[in-house]
Amino acid sequence: MKGKQFFVLGEVRDGHIHSVTFELTGKARDLADTCGGTVTAVLLSGGLADDPETLLRSGADRLMTVEHPVLSMYNQEAEVKVLAHILRQERPDVVLAPATTSGRTTLPALAAELETGLTADCTGLEMDPETGLLLQTRPAIGGNVMATIKTPVRRPQMATVRPRTFRAPDCSNALPRGEVTRPEIPPELFESRVVNLGIERAEDGGSNIQDLDVVVSGGKGLKRPESFRMLEELAALLGGGVGASRPAVEAKWMGYPHQVGLSGKVVAPKVYIAAGISGAVQHLAGMQTAGYVVAVNRDPDASIFRVADLGLCGDLFDILPRLTERIRKEVGAE
Amino acid sequence: MKIAVLIKQVPDSDDVRMDPETGTMVREGMGAIVNPLDLNALQAALDLRSAAGGEITVITMGPPRAHEALRECLSMGADRGMLLTDRAFAGSDTWATAKVLAAAVKKAGPFDLVVAGEKATDGETGQVGPETAALLGIPFSTYVSALSLADGGVEVSRTVEEGIQRQYLPFPCLLTVLHALNEPSMPTLAGKKRARRTEIPSEGIASIGLSQEETGLGGSATRVVKISYPTISRTTEMFDEKRIDEGIERLVAVLRDMAVI
Repeated sequence: MKGKQFFVLGEVRDGHIHSVTFELTGKARDLADTCGGTVTAVLLSGGLADDPETLLRSGADRLMTVEHPVLSMYNQEAEVKVLAHILRQERPDVVLAPATTSGRTTLPALAAELETGLTADCTGLEMDPETGLLLQTRPAIGGNVMATIKTPVRRPQMATVRPRTFRAPDCSNALPRGEVTRPEIPPELFESRVVNLGIERAEDGGSNIQDLDVVVSGGKGLKRPESFRMLEELAALLGGGVGASRPAVEAKWMGYPHQVGLSGKVVAPKVYIAAGISGAVQHLAGMQTAGYVVAVNRDPDASIFRVADLGLCGDLFDILPRLTERIRKEVGAE
Repeated sequence: MKIAVLIKQVPDSDDVRMDPETGTMVREGMGAIVNPLDLNALQAALDLRSAAGGEITVITMGPPRAHEALRECLSMGADRGMLLTDRAFAGSDTWATAKVLAAAVKKAGPFDLVVAGEKATDGETGQVGPETAALLGIPFSTYVSALSLADGGVEVSRTVEEGIQRQYLPFPCLLTVLHALNEPSMPTLAGKKRARRTEIPSEGIASIGLSQEETGLGGSATRVVKISYPTISRTTEMFDEKRIDEGIERLVAVLRDMAVI
């Protein structure tokens, strides 16, 4: 009997395999191991700059790589056609993909093309031991509740997952398993009505908050956009970046790339400092996996304190400058 | 040019209650608004109509009261509304919803352009737009934050992780848009008057040519099997106003232990 087939649709940016690909490959490996299944990672790119073997070390049994100039910059139409072709031939049981802007664009069209379901932004994935189905858990209804979703009949069962939701496996000592294959793709599948005209790289430092060890975030409690300078100062001393709650971004105090939460970015830094953020469930969904959480808030009943390891209850306009000064002294003393 | 705007009526706050028995949203007594990003989609359509002329049809699937949302769009300047309401649509997942919208777009069309918000504030999946485009077989783009007419199509800027990606799409095509695209205008008095006079046709499953198996719960690929309330909590060391210095010292010690400083 053939085991279940798990496919990870990886993400490649400028030839480099994005870290979410490893996170999903590791997760797929865990799921496959509960039922004797196999894991295949698929990478579409204009040409890989990274060694694909790293993926075989992180749990994939097979790596399929498709390289074509049209894929060097994200092209939704070509991606959907190529992936639909591969998935129709391979008929996997489960497909996992990153909930990045690319994944959240390709995957719904791909799922509709394959006439199956898709669950967005899953925060939990497990195999149901009774039915053998993938249990897909995601925050629902503005992030106030968690919904667990199944795709009972149609295949594949498809889910997208935000970067940093799962930890990438430590594969430094693992031996590569499996093989690298290059599937035959009919050339017309690379034709796209969507024409790429170029990309302007953002200078916005907020866009990399997912990759930093420290994130200092502010909310409506900061009262005005200028107050974010305090956070920038503190973040700089800690080698971190600045995040913001949805209300602060909606008030245009910070740009959207800084938004932490269900409708922004999911961050999992070593240290997360929330200042003037009350802690709506939708915000908590974006930072609850942080290693150590510090909350600064005037309201002792604010829900942010429930998820904090350390709470400083008082006026943030008093506390933050004192904290910054103290840390400046500490850093300067070394 | 002919433009379709796909909109959704959503609860007006995040504070939504769930029925613990059925696992569905309790909509009674809730205020309802047009999904904010859908207003950006409508504004984009209004701007294109000012530039190139044409007609705007606003389409929504929902309960009968969703006609309020269409009425609001008419008062902002849309020409026509189409309400897709039928018990058979109830329980639709994003795919089943997209099948209804695609069938409606076909019936009311042909359109040069279909526009929608990138996602709705209640479900936050962002899936219905791309799914609808796939079912219509037309090119699409997402996360659109700037838009202009270009030779037989549109040029768009997509706000993505690395920056701004620019694409050209020929008509007909579908776009999902972000808040940054524009500032939605307010309904005008004249618009409100006109909206009251405009009849909004209601379409059911038969009139858009779908079968019971294709939509609603039966036509959905996914099923919600469990609703649970997240219980996140950590043990918090609290320092109140009088012990802030102590709290700061504690934090510095932790940061040192974690090798952050």
